[in-house]
Amino acid sequence: MIKVIHMKVNGKQVELGVDDRECLTDTLRNRLGLTSVKKGCEAGECGACTVLIDGKATNSCIYLSMWAEGREIVTVEGIKGENENLHPVQQAFVDEAAIQCGFCTPGLILTAVEIVGSGKKYTRDELRKLISGHLCRCTGYENILNAVEKVAGL
Amino acid sequence: MGIKSNVIRLDAVEKVTGAAKYTEDLIPANALVGKTLHSTIANGEVVAIDIEEALKVPGVVDIVTCFDVPNHKYATCGHPFSLDPSHADVKNKTILTSRVRYYGDEIAAVVAEDHLAAQKALEKIKVEYKVFEPVLTPEAAVESGNDLHSLSPRNELARMDFQITPDGKVDFYKGEFSTDPHIGGHKDLKGTKFYVPPQQHCHIENICCFAYISDRKIVIVTPNQATHTLRRNVAEAVGLPIGNIRIVKPYMGGGFGNKQDTYYEPLAAFLTMRLGGRCISFTMSREETFVNSRTRHAMDLWSAVSVNDKGRITKKGLRINSYSGAYGSNGHAITAYAVTNYFQLYPALEKQVGESATVYTTMPSAAAMRGYGIPQVDFAMECQMDDIAMEHGWDPVEFRRKNMMEKGFLDPFDRFHCASNGLEECLDKGCEMIDWKERRKAYDEFNKKSAGIKKGVGMALFAYKTGVYPIQLETASCRILLNEDGSVQVQVSATELGQGSDTVFAQMVSEVTTIPEDKVFVIGKQDTDTSPHDAGAYASRQTYVSGSAVKQTAEILRQKILNRAALLYNEDEEKLNLTYEHVVAADGTVLGSIADVALKIQYINDIKIDSEHITAESTYTMRNNAFSFGASFVDLEVDVSIGKIKINRVVAVHDSGTILNPQLASAQVHGGVAMGLGYALSEQMLFDGKTGKMLNDNLLDYKIPTSMDIPPIEVAFIETYEPTGPFGNKALGEPPLIPQAPAVRNAVLHATGVGINSLPLTSDHLIRAFSKAGLIE
Repeated sequence: MIKVIHMKVNGKQVELGVDDRECLTDTLRNRLGLTSVKKGCEAGECGACTVLIDGKATNSCIYLSMWAEGREIVTVEGIKGENENLHPVQQAFVDEAAIQCGFCTPGLILTAVEIVGSGKKYTRDELRKLISGHLCRCTGYENILNAVEKVAGL
Repeated sequence: MGIKSNVIRLDAVEKVTGAAKYTEDLIPANALVGKTLHSTIANGEVVAIDIEEALKVPGVVDIVTCFDVPNHKYATCGHPFSLDPSHADVKNKTILTSRVRYYGDEIAAVVAEDHLAAQKALEKIKVEYKVFEPVLTPEAAVESGNDLHSLSPRNELARMDFQITPDGKVDFYKGEFSTDPHIGGHKDLKGTKFYVPPQQHCHIENICCFAYISDRKIVIVTPNQATHTLRRNVAEAVGLPIGNIRIVKPYMGGGFGNKQDTYYEPLAAFLTMRLGGRCISFTMSREETFVNSRTRHAMDLWSAVSVNDKGRITKKGLRINSYSGAYGSNGHAITAYAVTNYFQLYPALEKQVGESATVYTTMPSAAAMRGYGIPQVDFAMECQMDDIAMEHGWDPVEFRRKNMMEKGFLDPFDRFHCASNGLEECLDKGCEMIDWKERRKAYDEFNKKSAGIKKGVGMALFAYKTGVYPIQLETASCRILLNEDGSVQVQVSATELGQGSDTVFAQMVSEVTTIPEDKVFVIGKQDTDTSPHDAGAYASRQTYVSGSAVKQTAEILRQKILNRAALLYNEDEEKLNLTYEHVVAADGTVLGSIADVALKIQYINDIKIDSEHITAESTYTMRNNAFSFGASFVDLEVDVSIGKIKINRVVAVHDSGTILNPQLASAQVHGGVAMGLGYALSEQMLFDGKTGKMLNDNLLDYKIPTSMDIPPIEVAFIETYEPTGPFGNKALGEPPLIPQAPAVRNAVLHATGVGINSLPLTSDHLIRAFSKAGLIE
């Protein structure tokens, strides 16, 4: 059944009719065109569909869109700073060559944004654990850790 | 900038902002959804299919079964076309099949308005089967009396058997399928058995495509590594000329060889033809990608090595029985690569015998995956090198030094000479970085006192060819278009799939033309209608073969710019040069910029000089090959009682010739090491013996490494100069994976004294081995 939900997506208030069985990944991709939200497993295993929900990195593929009512959603399309500058996390990923195929990148960046948002600094081992919900098959995580360490490392 | 610099990936910003569009992101909103019906038996025949109830599901547009599709046999693998029919790829696939050859084979397809309707319809299709037993090993397949493919009696797809004479001549013969440890029946070549399981690529983007008809062509958008080969495969499958097919490749979410193959593109093409050109999409789930795409070949290997008292290898024998799966996309090519590699890295002085078989099994089809058969053979070869060293009390590194390939080596199979070889330096550097001698000694001491925790350092080498010449042709093309502002578009069909080839091509163009990379626009979206021909992204060939085409084309462009400048400025072409995007005369006078030349020659309205859009295009035929080399050194500890390995360090040292972009090159090594550690420690596709169904077809149960599983990876490059490469470079993309599994296994051997000859080294596997060896009760 179609239900109307209200949420803030990348700073903008939206009102949408969604299927009450629909997951947030599909809503963001198909109804709002936010295709950075990737589908790698649709079972909460790979982390490619991660978005920030009220600031918390969440697998959107196992999150019903209905649950997003009244919440604030952020995807990588929405994290650029003023004057269209890259977010420091995005810039760190670029500078550290933390990107290869790029499919896991948006999700990892959002987890890193959450980590940075905590205001705390972390050891490399702590960061390993914090990003471990994301599978990346290209990079061996080495440069991703370098990038995250640059913005949130001790 | 140019080569040998850390140019930022051309696509980096698009990928961090979400602007990069992958295939699934481009599916039109009104596209129909296609889904396939998978068999629920592993081996048998579809006797009848009832689609009546399924057709009644609201939203269903069309259903086709294995009895409705054309019987055109086509190949799926991404090899270039061979003019020699005896070298052609095996054509054994039809769009759907009534002869079921693995659990999950495609027997029908539903087209519906949305995913849910398609799924509901699939569930209502009734299938009647004639059921045969699954065959999950080469041995079972050969003896089953039930052939999966009529042209392959006893399920043997192909064999390659040979003996190499001491003067390097290869005598081929036709051997027999065997599991006897004696290689080729030779009493003096009794092999030790090794086993490596099937591994899946697990690129995070699943297999997907969509097709529609536009401008009288079938357009297929798909993340494919070898677009021109795919075009041919689709044309053969649907029975149309290749000019009627157009393949478009957008951004690709990883491939690792899997996306070299043909999947649902022929089915989507067939359906769009049936449905008046409407757009049909197919997006495999993760579970489907596991089962219905491709895998690394599982192999049974028997390896026999004799040495003399000087530590030189005198005799070698190897047998490989390779699990090809249901269709065996790449035929025998991968197994042949593996069996020949065994006699390349460590040639023996006297006697060398190789036997190999590729056998159809009722499993997902095995095909290309990063390393193309070499990770498998390297495991057997490098494990055995350590076992021999241990048996004789030799240092594993020094034993290898005495036997490994030297510069000038003539490959007995492909008849090319090794022209650059940094193996010695790789060993030196690796030993230095891991502190080999001290660490081995210290751990020996530690292990004497420690029963629960054991520590070890192990290593392994590899040799890997660059590209596939002369087994197949090596061809690549490039087109460069100069804009009026002095910038260029570069077109290639060597696909970018994450490895960074587009960026390195831009560096090459910059190196030759002096045009900086920010003005070099490599068109990353391949389109067979407009992109010049290339055999594709595989065999670590892009920088070597396609790079040669890019360099050659950039040189043509450079010469054209100088020639037109000579006309415009009334100078002698021979005396002009390009510096920092400017044309300069012999005396150093700056005549004008490349942009000036481009603009003037384009718009000149003159009685003598013709206007011209300066472009360059060329095809490069590579008639060479080059070995890349490297070593992995692994430092680890083993908790013996629970069979747990903790890797402390991996040192990866590579000779890939000139390193064109050190930052991206290191990143390639990181990724390869991680995938190799997955192969070593946790990855294996498991099948139910009774039904043939894959048991762990998801990312929870099939364990690829997470960030918690990967140790710090230290990378070093030994930069030799490979004279046959465009800038002294040779393969790098695949090699880093190859030596990881044997290096880990050899470190476990050093730590525990137990040599384990099958992968992966999971806890249960280790516990069994340690119990057997008496380390634990």
